[in-house]
Amino acid sequence: MSLTATARPGTQRSVLDALEAESIHIIREVLAEFEKPGLLFSGGKDSVVVLHLLAKAVFPGRVPIPVVHIDTGHNFGEVLDFRDAVVARYGLNLVVGSVQEYIDRGQLAQLPDGTRNRLQTRVLLDTIESNGFDVVFGGARRDEDKARAKERILSLRDEFGVWDPRNQRPEIWNLYNGRHEPDWHVRAFPISNWTERDIWAYIQREDIALPSIYFAHQRQVFERDGMWRAVTAVSQPEPGEQVAIREVRYRTVGDASCTGAVLSNADTVQKVLDELAVATLTERGATRADDRISAAGMEDRKTEGYF
Amino acid sequence: MTTTLLRIATAGSVDDGKSTLVGRLLHDAKAILADSLDDLARTSAERGFGGEAGALDLALVTDGLRAEREQGITIDVAYRYFSTAHRSFILADCPGHVQYTRNTVTGASTADAAIVLVDARHGVQEQTRRHLGVLALLRVPQLVLAVNKMDLVGWDEQRFTEIENQVLDLAEELGVQAATVVPVSALHGDNVVDPSAASPWYAGPTLLGLLEELEPARESGTARLDVQYVIRPQGALAPGLDAEEYRDYRGYAGTLADGSLSVGDTVGVLSNGYPAASRVQAIGTPTGPVHTAHPGEAIVLELADQVDIARGDTVVSGPPPQAVREFDAELCVLAQATLAAGQRVLLKHGTKVAAAKIAQITNVLNVADYTRTPADTLGLNDLGRVSVRSSAALSVDPYRDSRAGGSFLLIDPATGRTLAAGIIEADHAAA
Repeated sequence: MSLTATARPGTQRSVLDALEAESIHIIREVLAEFEKPGLLFSGGKDSVVVLHLLAKAVFPGRVPIPVVHIDTGHNFGEVLDFRDAVVARYGLNLVVGSVQEYIDRGQLAQLPDGTRNRLQTRVLLDTIESNGFDVVFGGARRDEDKARAKERILSLRDEFGVWDPRNQRPEIWNLYNGRHEPDWHVRAFPISNWTERDIWAYIQREDIALPSIYFAHQRQVFERDGMWRAVTAVSQPEPGEQVAIREVRYRTVGDASCTGAVLSNADTVQKVLDELAVATLTERGATRADDRISAAGMEDRKTEGYF
Repeated sequence: MTTTLLRIATAGSVDDGKSTLVGRLLHDAKAILADSLDDLARTSAERGFGGEAGALDLALVTDGLRAEREQGITIDVAYRYFSTAHRSFILADCPGHVQYTRNTVTGASTADAAIVLVDARHGVQEQTRRHLGVLALLRVPQLVLAVNKMDLVGWDEQRFTEIENQVLDLAEELGVQAATVVPVSALHGDNVVDPSAASPWYAGPTLLGLLEELEPARESGTARLDVQYVIRPQGALAPGLDAEEYRDYRGYAGTLADGSLSVGDTVGVLSNGYPAASRVQAIGTPTGPVHTAHPGEAIVLELADQVDIARGDTVVSGPPPQAVREFDAELCVLAQATLAAGQRVLLKHGTKVAAAKIAQITNVLNVADYTRTPADTLGLNDLGRVSVRSSAALSVDPYRDSRAGGSFLLIDPATGRTLAAGIIEADHAAA
């Protein structure tokens, strides 16, 4: 038994149309309400999609804000080349915060394991402050991690960049409130509600270019902790670890010293989508050594001010 | 075939088995991948769940932050994602115990449907009445009541029918648009994703089956566009575009609500409080120009006449909207604060932010029995009737007809905190 409403027939919009519209709405609110926005841009697929949406939100205008890259110094060359090509194509201003420069100047110490994702936090916060950004767009998604599942679309950070999950602002309807105290800033996550599969389906629909390492290629790799690591300047096999040439691709791009590749022959977006349809591991579980440390790994980094 | 998106919210507490139900839904819909399942199995074993090897405590799926695990409670709304062949779901999992009003309002505000849990042993409780009250107030279009723990009442059909009648009476009393009741056992997975052999007397769909069939769309007729952003590119055109072609371009960007809009339609504008009229000349969407745009689409409108329109103004189909500066509303307080008559606030309505005042507080709603008590102040998690006076003219609609035109936030001008969410009521939207 049930009470029934007379449903008015509406237009059946696709999932991607609905997500795209929501993201553009968020982007327009942020562009209109903040003084100085920036876009965090790693060259990774999520930030590429945010930039694509940003361009659509202001079309036929030009993307009116700079892109900010926090460069670990451990990037894949292909990703840096891609970043520069995108900056030129959209006519953007690029702001780079360099982890390597902080290490060279003695402002940051290398971690014992040599990885640099965690070192980005300090550089990120300084770059936000020195450029006077009151908001930065990021490409984080709620399906990535438990700690991200509770993240707001507009997430407040105090003067130390700290995220306080117990004191988040409720977000109701599509009325976003980005007001904040003068020395605080806001992180805006317009693709919060997209899943990894949505991102790839959208990349296919919109024919969006990505760094080549997202697609299957031959690479010198070795196996460590159940992950395939590339042989690069910052990631060398230990004695006993066998180097082999394998066909691999990356599900995330990041610090080459701790980002693993997956064995794959998916060399097109369609093949990546087919692969995802039967994937058995989450993208972070499969490819991020530093996310495996503890169940609270992301929560800890986020409260420190991480992306 | 197009897959569609459905936003759902859950209401209920750990005691009703809500976390287990959400975990069960995700698990049986195959939305939990192997590494997360491994984590789940490990944590379940560490805590000695069930006793048998390999038993999964599905409630742990929704376990989020460390503070929550330590206290064994859920603090904040969490968002989960899963999909079937026909539909993708965004599930706002709203904790039932701590600040349930604030959390339920947050989750329900964007929901196409809500799942309310009822414990089969206890039937309709005060908490059920509270949750239904808030969901009815927010006019969530579809309610699904999951009568959980049916295994603990021996899958007794009579017990189910008794609760079903209680619940549907309550829903009717509250003016709920549509409600459906399903008997389930989240712990054992009966009627959640897969039909159960334990309830041969129940011929209806499973919970997931029901969610797959619900109709999410609603259109009221009068299109409404709250202008977010005026695009006048002039010297700052996107690369590759012809400067001549866009010399006089002026587009009004926003998200269309409530009704469709077509090229050639007459539109009315409330621009800085003054009415004006024009005609739709062109409509841009993320996928290019269209003849007709539909509710929910992010569009850019070009008008035939030079009209002075800025962010915060409202464009509607038909004649210009009425300018309203004072209205009555139902307010839900979301912050640790005491709201009183005379208090100065910022009002965010559509895309307009204006200085405003709480002119009067009339009463507070007792969500347990839906009676009202006269009151002069409202505190955290209170719902109550108020009147609000705005410094700027607004284009308001009753919330019943338009989520976009009938909803607003009150913001603390000093700290920027969101103080309250408001719903403009039908007979209180007079000019």
